[in-house]
Amino acid sequence: MQLTINGKPETLEVSTVLDVLKTKDIDPQLVAVELNTQMVEQEQLGTTSIKDGDRLEFLFFMGGGV
Amino acid sequence: MSFTEDQITRYSRHILLPEIGGKGQKKLSQAKVFIVGAGGLGCPVAYYLAAAGIGTIGLIDSDVVDFSNLQRQILHHTPDVGRSKVLSAKEKILALNPDVQVNMHEERLTSRNARDLVRQYDIIIDGVDNFPAKFLINDACFMENKPLVHGGILRFEGRAFTIIPNQSACYRCIFKNPPPAGVVPTCQEAGIIGVVAGIIGTIQATEAIKLILNIGTPLTNRILDFDARTTAFREIRVKRNPSCALCGPNPSLTELIDYEQEACQLQPSATTLTNG
Repeated sequence: MQLTINGKPETLEVSTVLDVLKTKDIDPQLVAVELNTQMVEQEQLGTTSIKDGDRLEFLFFMGGGV
Repeated sequence: MSFTEDQITRYSRHILLPEIGGKGQKKLSQAKVFIVGAGGLGCPVAYYLAAAGIGTIGLIDSDVVDFSNLQRQILHHTPDVGRSKVLSAKEKILALNPDVQVNMHEERLTSRNARDLVRQYDIIIDGVDNFPAKFLINDACFMENKPLVHGGILRFEGRAFTIIPNQSACYRCIFKNPPPAGVVPTCQEAGIIGVVAGIIGTIQATEAIKLILNIGTPLTNRILDFDARTTAFREIRVKRNPSCALCGPNPSLTELIDYEQEACQLQPSATTLTNG
C-alpha cells in the first residue's frame, strides 16, 4: 500500500503502525508516532491499523543544547 | 520609563517597524525572559534578546565553561574556560547592552526550585541538554501558565516548538515521558555542528520577541525540525492530545518530577540501536 512517511511517499505492505516501525527497524520506545495528525498511544501501536493513503509522522527525541 | 537619545538610536531599527515602534520597544524593555541553560542554545538566545533590549534576562546553569563548549556557546570566550557560565554570559550581555537586568541563577533547575523561578518571568526558553530537564521545564511552565519556547539540537539537526499552556499542544502531548535510560547517546558521544545551535537559538529568540509583542503567528501546534545536511526545514502539525497526562482534561500529573537520566537524542541509527 501507499503511505506517506515523514512527508515522503513509500510503498509498504503492513497492517499496523508497529509493523511500519519494525520494517524500518525503529525501536517503538524511541519515537512518537502521529497517524493522520493523531498521536498514537505507545500501547496501541500494535493494534492501530494502517490503510492505503495514511500519513505517518515519526518524531524522534531531540535533545542537546549544551 | 522613557528612552534616552542613545537608546532611541540603539533600538531605531526596531522602532522603525510599524509592528514594534516606541510602544513595542517599551514592551520589550519591560519583558522578563528566563533562559534555562547558558549553553549552545541559551547563548544565542540571550545574546539576541539582550541586543533587542529585553528588560530582564534570567539565566540558570550550574556549569563552568569547558574548552569543548567554545565551538558553539558563543557568549563564552577562551579566557572564560573554568569560569561560571552564567557569570561569563552576564558579562557579555552587559557589554553588549548595559540596559539589560541579568539575573544569575548558578544552580540546576529541579522540582524544588522550578515553579518559583518560572513564576518570576513572562516567557521561558528551554536550552537544556537532557530530557529530564526538558520535561521538568514543560511541566513547570504548564503549572505556572507561562509560554515556553522549546529547543533541541543534535548532530546536524535541530528542533523548535512553542507552547502556550492551555491553548496549544505541550511537549507531553507528543512525548509522554522521557526516553528510557541507557538507550540514549550522551551529547559528547553524539556531537553537534555548532551553527545549528545558532539557527535554533535565534528561532527561539524570534519566538520570544513575537510573543512579547504579539506579532504574527507563534510556532504553536507545529514542530519545526531543521536538518543542516539538506538545509531543509520540516514542519510537523501537532495538536493537543486529549490523553495528555499534564494538559489533558483528566491530568494524572499534578506535581513536578525529577527524572534521573542524562540524555541527548534518540535516532534509529546503528549506534543508538546497538547501545539500546
